[in-house]
Formats: sequence, C-alpha cells, structure tokens
Amino acid sequence: MAETFADLIAAEDVLLFVNAAVTATGQREFRSDAHAQRLSLDFLHAYVCVNYRPLYAATLALDINDHNAARIIETLLRGAGEASAEEKRVEGRLIARRLAVLPPQRVYRLFRALRAARVNNRRTRAILRDWLAARPDLGHDAVKYRRGLKTAARHAHLPLGASKEGVPAEIGDFLFAPGRRTKYRHPLLDAHRRAHYEQGALYELPFTVAEGFAGRHGVGREALVERIAPRMTRLERLRTQESTGVRTERTEQRTDLTVMPVTRLALYVLSLPLDERVRRRAELTKALRAAARRTAGPYRGTWGRVAAVLDDSYSSSGSGEKRRRPLGTALACHFLLGSLAAPGAYTAWWTSGTADPLLVRPWGPTPLGTRILDALEHAPERLVIVSDGWDNAPPGLAGEVLRVWRTRLDREGRTSVVHLNPVYDTDGFDVRRLAPSVPTAGIRDAEDLPALVEIAQFAEGRTGIAELREYLDRRVALFVEDDSFCYFPGEPVGVPDGSARDGRR
Amino acid sequence: MTRLDLTGLTTRPAQVWGGIRLVPLVRAEPVPGLRLHAEIYAGLGAVALDDGTEYLSYVPHGFVADWSGEETEPGQGNGQKAGQRASYGTQLGAGRPDTVTVHRHHRMVKRRRPGKGLSGGAATARCRFLPLHLALEGYLALHFGGPSVAWEEWSRQAVRQGFSPREEEAYLGLDVRGLADALRVFEIHPGQCGVLVHTADSLAAAFVVPHPDDYRALHPSLLQDLYGELVHQYAHFGAPVAEFEARISGRYVATLAGLRARAVAQERLWSETHGDVLARELLTESYASERVFRMGSYELRRFLPPFRRGGAEQHIGELITDHKGRTAYLKTFRLSDAQIRRGHLLSVLAAHDWRLDGTAAALSTTYEELVRRMGAAGFAPLLNEHVVARRIAETK
Repeated sequence: MAETFADLIAAEDVLLFVNAAVTATGQREFRSDAHAQRLSLDFLHAYVCVNYRPLYAATLALDINDHNAARIIETLLRGAGEASAEEKRVEGRLIARRLAVLPPQRVYRLFRALRAARVNNRRTRAILRDWLAARPDLGHDAVKYRRGLKTAARHAHLPLGASKEGVPAEIGDFLFAPGRRTKYRHPLLDAHRRAHYEQGALYELPFTVAEGFAGRHGVGREALVERIAPRMTRLERLRTQESTGVRTERTEQRTDLTVMPVTRLALYVLSLPLDERVRRRAELTKALRAAARRTAGPYRGTWGRVAAVLDDSYSSSGSGEKRRRPLGTALACHFLLGSLAAPGAYTAWWTSGTADPLLVRPWGPTPLGTRILDALEHAPERLVIVSDGWDNAPPGLAGEVLRVWRTRLDREGRTSVVHLNPVYDTDGFDVRRLAPSVPTAGIRDAEDLPALVEIAQFAEGRTGIAELREYLDRRVALFVEDDSFCYFPGEPVGVPDGSARDGRR
Repeated sequence: MTRLDLTGLTTRPAQVWGGIRLVPLVRAEPVPGLRLHAEIYAGLGAVALDDGTEYLSYVPHGFVADWSGEETEPGQGNGQKAGQRASYGTQLGAGRPDTVTVHRHHRMVKRRRPGKGLSGGAATARCRFLPLHLALEGYLALHFGGPSVAWEEWSRQAVRQGFSPREEEAYLGLDVRGLADALRVFEIHPGQCGVLVHTADSLAAAFVVPHPDDYRALHPSLLQDLYGELVHQYAHFGAPVAEFEARISGRYVATLAGLRARAVAQERLWSETHGDVLARELLTESYASERVFRMGSYELRRFLPPFRRGGAEQHIGELITDHKGRTAYLKTFRLSDAQIRRGHLLSVLAAHDWRLDGTAAALSTTYEELVRRMGAAGFAPLLNEHVVARRIAETK
C-alpha cells in the first residue's frame, strides 16, 4: 500500500509524542519552568488522543514515564465515549496492565484525579476494583496510602466495610469508622491503632507513617531511622542515610548498591560530594558496572565498537525538581554502553573533557561539535550522543559536523549515529534535535537505552505508519502477555482469527 | 584619549536567550596579583564624595580589589587568608524590617585597613569601590562646578552652586527583560573572565574581571547593575535575536582532519566577526580617562566617551589597568541618546568658555535654538530668563 502524506505525518506525530512521553514529567527543567512544561504536555496529550486514539493507547506499552502513563490513562478514561467497544476492550487491557506496573502512590493519585474530574463510569469502577483486588495486602495500603485508598473506595462505592472474609471489613472500619473496633486482626492496622499511644508500635509501621507518629512521641529522627531501617524501602534507606548522617556499619551493609537500577545508582553517585566519591571509588564503580551488566542482559557485548559523546555541561544540572537528571542519565548510559560494547571497544568523550566518569559534575559550556569530531576519529560502529541538544560552543557545529560526515565522509553508513535526549523542549513539542539526519529519541532511564535506540531508527528515515504499527503491535503483544485476545488496536475491525494472533506471538 | 585594550581576552561563541546575547571573554591565564570580591549592601546607600557633596542611591554592592597577590595561587583562597575576604551580607528569616537601612559610604573609592586580628603590620593592599557609581559619577560631575566665567546669561544659582543637583535614571538589571533568565542559563566557560551583554544585538554592557573565580562569583551581580534607558527599551521591545550558527560547506572535505580544520575556522571567524561588528564601537572609540586610584602597579580609572552624536554607541565606564595599559577590570554603562546630547552640550559650552553665542556658532545654530536645546536638556534653571529673552529680542 502506498504511503500517503497523512500517514507520514501520523508516524511523525506519534514518534514525537513518544519522545515527549518518555522525557517530560511536567516538572521544571533547566531552560523552562513547570508551567510551560505542563502546558506543552497538555496540548500534546489532547492532540494525540483526539487524532490517533488507538496509537495513543498503545504507547502505554512502551517505556514511557509514570507521569505520562497516568496522564494517558486519565485521558482515555475521561473520553470513554469517543472509543468503539472494540477499542475500549483493548484499552482496558492496556490500562490494567500498566496500572499493575505503576507504583501504588501514582495509581492512588490517578484515582484522586479521576475523582476530581468526576469520571465515574462503569469501566472506571471496574478498573479500580480489579486493581485493588490485585493488591497483595490491602491492609498495608490502608495504613500507608490511607487517604488514597479512602478516596478510591468512596469514589467507586467499594464495599470495603461489608465483606465475608473479615479482613476487608476491618479495612472498611479502619478507614471510615476508626473508633468502632478496639482491636484489629491485621497486624499493621493494629500497629497503627496502637501507635497512637504506644511508642514501640512505631517500628512495625511503614517508614512514612512512622515518621508522622515519631513527631508525636518525640522520637528523634536518628533514633527512628536506626530502628526502623528493616522496614524501609531501598530508596528511603538511601535517602535517610544521606540526610541523617547515619552511616553505621549495619546501614552500609544493608544498602546493597549493586541491586539498584543503574540510573538511580548514577543519580545517587552524583549526589555524593567529590571527596566521598574518590574515597568510595572502588565500591561505586563496582556497583555501577554490576548494575549496567545486569541491565544489558542478553545484549551484553553485542554492539561492537561504540563511542559515546556525553554532555556534562552546566545545563545537565537539570533543575531544583529534576536535580542532575540529565547528567545522571548520561552517567548511567556511560556504564551501560560500556557493557553493551564489545570488551575494550568502548570510548567516551565528556563535553568538559574529563576522563574520570565518576567525578563528573555539571560545569562549563557544550562544545558538542568538537567532541563528536574526537569521537568520530576512533571510527566507531555506533556513535551515541547523550545531550540536551543545546550545542553552544559554537552553536550548531554538532549538526554541521554530523551532516558533513554523513554526506561527505561516511556515505556508506559505516557508523550509525543516534542522539538520545533527556530533556523535553516545550516550544518544539519534542526533544531538541542536533541535525535532521540524526535519529533522536527521548530518554529518561538509561535502562531503556536498547529499546530507545530501536525507536530512534524509525525517526531516521521517512518511516511510514505501517512499520510503526507493526512495531507497536509487537510491543503491545509483549506487554499484555496474559491475554491472547488483546491485539493491537486499530487493525481492521473483526474477530481476529487464532492463526493471525499466533503469528504475531 | 585612549582606547580600551582587551589584550589577553579571547572571544568565545555567544550564547543567546531571547533578545539577550551574552559573549564570553576568556583569559588564557588570570591577571597576576589582583583579585576582586563583592560586598553586598543590597539597599539604599548614602555616598559622601570628596568635594563635600553627598548623594543617595540604590547601592546593591561594592567591589573590593585586592592587589596583595596573596590569593592568586589556586586553593589558597580557603586558607587563613579567607578572613580577609569580603563577606557576603546575609539575611535570614521572614521578618520584614521596620526601617530601611541606609548604608553610609565614605568616598567612592576607599582604602581598606586590615581588620582586627589580622596581620596588622602589613601594608594595606585592598580598596573598596562602588562599581558603576564611579563611572556614573564621572558623567554626572562633568562640568559640575558650573560656568567658570560669570557671563550675565547664567543665573545666580548656576554661578554659585553649579549644576547641583543633577540626576540620571537607570534601570536595575532585574528589570531588563530576559536578562535574569539569560544569566541563569548561561554556561560559564572555563577560564572565563568577562562577558559582553548585547540586547537586541546592540552592546549594552561590558564586564571584565581579573580572575575566573572572581567572574564565577560575580556573574550574578550583573543582575544588580545599572543599565541605561536604551538597554531597557531594547530588551523590552526587541524580538528574539538569531544565533550565529556554524556553517560548514561540505565541498572539498575529504578527511576528518579537513572537517576539523573547517570547524576550527568557524570559531576563529566568529571571534573576528564579533570584534569587527558587534563590539566595534566600544573598542575603536577613544576615551578621555581619569585616574581615580593607584593600587600598586594597577590603576583604577574612569573614562568618558567623546559624546559624539549621530547614533553611535557611547559608553562610560571604569577600568583597572596594569602598567602596560591592559584591562584587568572593566565595567561599562551605555548612555542613551539624551544623555549623549547633554554631555555633548556641556562639553561644547565648556570648550567655548561658557559663552552662549560662541557655542551657538560652534554648533552652527542660532542663539535662540541653543537656548531651546538647553531647556530641553533640563538646564533651563541655569539661565537667567530676562537676560536671555533680551538677547533673543536683540538678535532678532
């Protein structure tokens, strides 16, 4: 089938939206404030949802960030009337699957937003009910996300108060009639009750809840952190370890850095002062390498000769809300690319010229063009550029170098260049590009790097909607593996026969 | 009459944000033995001048120049000498003060004695001065004493008190649209010792310091500086300016080395273009400079432009030069057209011994027109109305 002009535009729009949905979080960035980010993102969501609803829903299967996933779900549920029955069924599957992946606080926030928007149709209630039914321990949620669960239960008319098993009945009482029972059978609920007057019960509660009670009992923060450490999440432990200065032998031991995701770990490393990074160099490097190796998984060592140009200019410091996020992404990419490349065939160029990745700091201008020239001199098979796309020393040189390289020096395409951009540009409704000929993809977590490089290849040529659909189809099939009836929305309506579905698997 | 000498400072590619273009100036190595710190006052200040006059103005900060040469070694700034550094004013808490503090500054430039508990015997090698106030005072004090010959056209006030009180208005950097954002997102170059601020591609201010660390500390102080009316207008009404992007022709590029040579040529081209086009009028103008203070082998001077009319940029400013006349510190203020006209009028009057008819002839205009011009420039109270009216009637 011949590609029409509209198809090309559709493909472009969807790719643009995917880039935005990966990077933008509605928070302040280095060069734009939160309001501009939100305004720009609002427009994109409305535009894509109205024009390409099936594709819009299918992006839930991609590695978009949680903020946008929740936004998409909310938008889909708000405009339920615009979808056909078939589309709705698929949307429902995708939403259910995505909700299962989202962190619970996000989901409760989404439920609150739905309530504020007065979305309370049967489908929404069913989604809500199913998600709550799948929670491993509703008692824990009732304590930790008390307001969230209460709002959700009230909004969807969930019968938490009158159930046969006993435990949900307790939860109903716990949330809506806290004085009714003198005792709970669920240990957490009971601990919460006792924590009002008994200091010892504090240490049975989740950390965030205990924090509130600690003030009431006059328990010092350090003492609290010391004793409650086993009940903290990994991130809470890392965070408090920094803020309270509790760095006992035991805490050190318990925060095992090697099991952390690589981007999170990179951000943690960047949050440490330089002298501490020097002191713990061996430990941090080992943890980063291990995390990168684990993330690379089956792709490890398959990328051949890789060169990376990584941006550690001042603008990579992000903003107060996304502190050092672009630099953290770049640092994580550095280690990840190190394990993706063939052993010993990886070289990195930081824009500031530093050779020690562990001691990078956001500093100085962005002479991206010169660094790209340095990297190209090594004749790599792949060149990966991680930068926010603001090339200022001199401006536009990177784009020119890449253009001349592609048109004059490397016509046969020995080197494949890809640009990964961690920052959403509000004015362009996309991530900023270096050159039209270089495929660009948004990136938030370095973990998604292999998948993003795949998407970026779509943006290189003039990819039509057909290939894009095929790609999304594959991703949707991978994402919703529990339901064989879920196929990519937007295909010719009709009951798909089994063979077609099997073929897609 | 001398020109500004920016030897040792190289221009790096500009960074654009909206209508503001910031051009970094980089030193290969810092000026030896001279450092500059800021003292924050952040409020009104009453400044007592040498000639007994006193004026009141917003004084955000003062600079302290230190030519002892003790802080030039890297890493030594945090040592025991740190006690001698100027301290930043801080204010904590949300309480609003009941009264407005007025700092009293004795003199524009003042030698600093070493503080208590420090090596008292050492010679003082520090002085405090009020940046830009120094330059503006030079402009305001231009022929401030009034006519040197008491021709009958001049009023009694003019002869007795001169031009007092004279005033000029300026805008705070915070009010210059886009400047705050442009300074915030600006990426400071390694070794950067200065910046040229362009609004709507016309030079608004130049700022140079001796040491990169000083620049890093003083970069935000540009926001509290004074900017002329013209700068404010240009920033307010000017559209976003275009970036001068690098352009490389792909022709005849056969190797990577060739490509690199082209890229380097682009940087050189920008540096030359900037000097020739964007900063030409600042650098090629001859200035009348006056020495204000001598600090070791350095001199603090302020300078005035020749007040040439006809659309050319005219900057007043202050600078610290070394014994070879190279600039170690520079801060300029762009004059508006009205200010240039006033300066011009005063210079011509002074050059012709304050005679109105002689001045009118020199300006190739009539006596009546000159009187009108002086009125428009705000000097009307200095003329004796009756005498002037009679003269005009006589000449008709």
